[in-house]
Amino acid sequence: MKFGVVVFPGSNCDDDTIGVLEAMGQEAIKLWHKDTDLQGADFLILPGGFSYGDYLRSGAIARFSPIMDKVIEHASNGGYLMGICNGFQVLVEAGLLPGVLLRNDKQKFISKNIYLKTQSTNSLLTNGLDTEKAYKIPIAHAEGRYFADEATLKQLNDNNQVLFRYCDENAEITEASNPNGSLENIAGICNAGRNVFGLMPHPERAADPLLSNTDGLEILKQLISSEVLA
Amino acid sequence: MKFVAEINVMPQKEILDPQGKAVKLGLHNLGIDSVDNVRIGKHITLEVEAESQKAAEEQVEIACKKLLANIIMEEFSFVVTAV
Repeated sequence: MKFGVVVFPGSNCDDDTIGVLEAMGQEAIKLWHKDTDLQGADFLILPGGFSYGDYLRSGAIARFSPIMDKVIEHASNGGYLMGICNGFQVLVEAGLLPGVLLRNDKQKFISKNIYLKTQSTNSLLTNGLDTEKAYKIPIAHAEGRYFADEATLKQLNDNNQVLFRYCDENAEITEASNPNGSLENIAGICNAGRNVFGLMPHPERAADPLLSNTDGLEILKQLISSEVLA
Repeated sequence: MKFVAEINVMPQKEILDPQGKAVKLGLHNLGIDSVDNVRIGKHITLEVEAESQKAAEEQVEIACKKLLANIIMEEFSFVVTAV
């Protein structure tokens, strides 16, 4: 599988993402936001960062970068696409994932480790994950409060499109373990076609034993092994 | 003809606006207790070249819907005037 990581002005997790993918023996290339050629990449990633300085709304301007037409076309044809943090914000702005990401309820930028509980293993991203485990993954965002109207939320729940919810270290989904006021503790979702994923936490930042946490690597590793099986 | 648009983008009423809530608290701390329902949005001005008032308003409407506001969480209003 060839990964393409889109670089917008202000992206800052592109190198981390490529680093992890290469460490897992994958081919990963950077795609400049002004390009319109996906260079044969079959799994696209929109990385974290602060594209266009988060001006207007996070992800709102990146959504109209020249490469986005190709990204949308790729996803519409069933191609895999994942947005992490700012990348997730770009995907909701582009309408590729439902809902929006609002300013955190406590108004602050939050940078800390949180715990994630897998809600559905019916997706390439979560296929091999342990649904009873609390995965420790860092978050770093000011606009991560997931919100969707009632009808959209119902659809997400009915179709098992919620992939991750914030939980505590014992894998209990509680109000106290919700870091940003997200609706129903939602931390990550997929689209109805299950080929577009978005999550606020950063698995690529928890993928090196030197940083004493490799829970993120577990998530990314199983992503690759499930693709091999698929 | 040149027109100026004055655009207001506000968070939807049913959505919690933590910024407005914090500012309300600040106003109360200042002793201005009579204020309530503080909500904070954006004011955007822009110039638009168009053949008529109606054409200018159409352009601004598209700009608001496509980029300036996210209608899932915000609502917008604007006034367009010829200059």
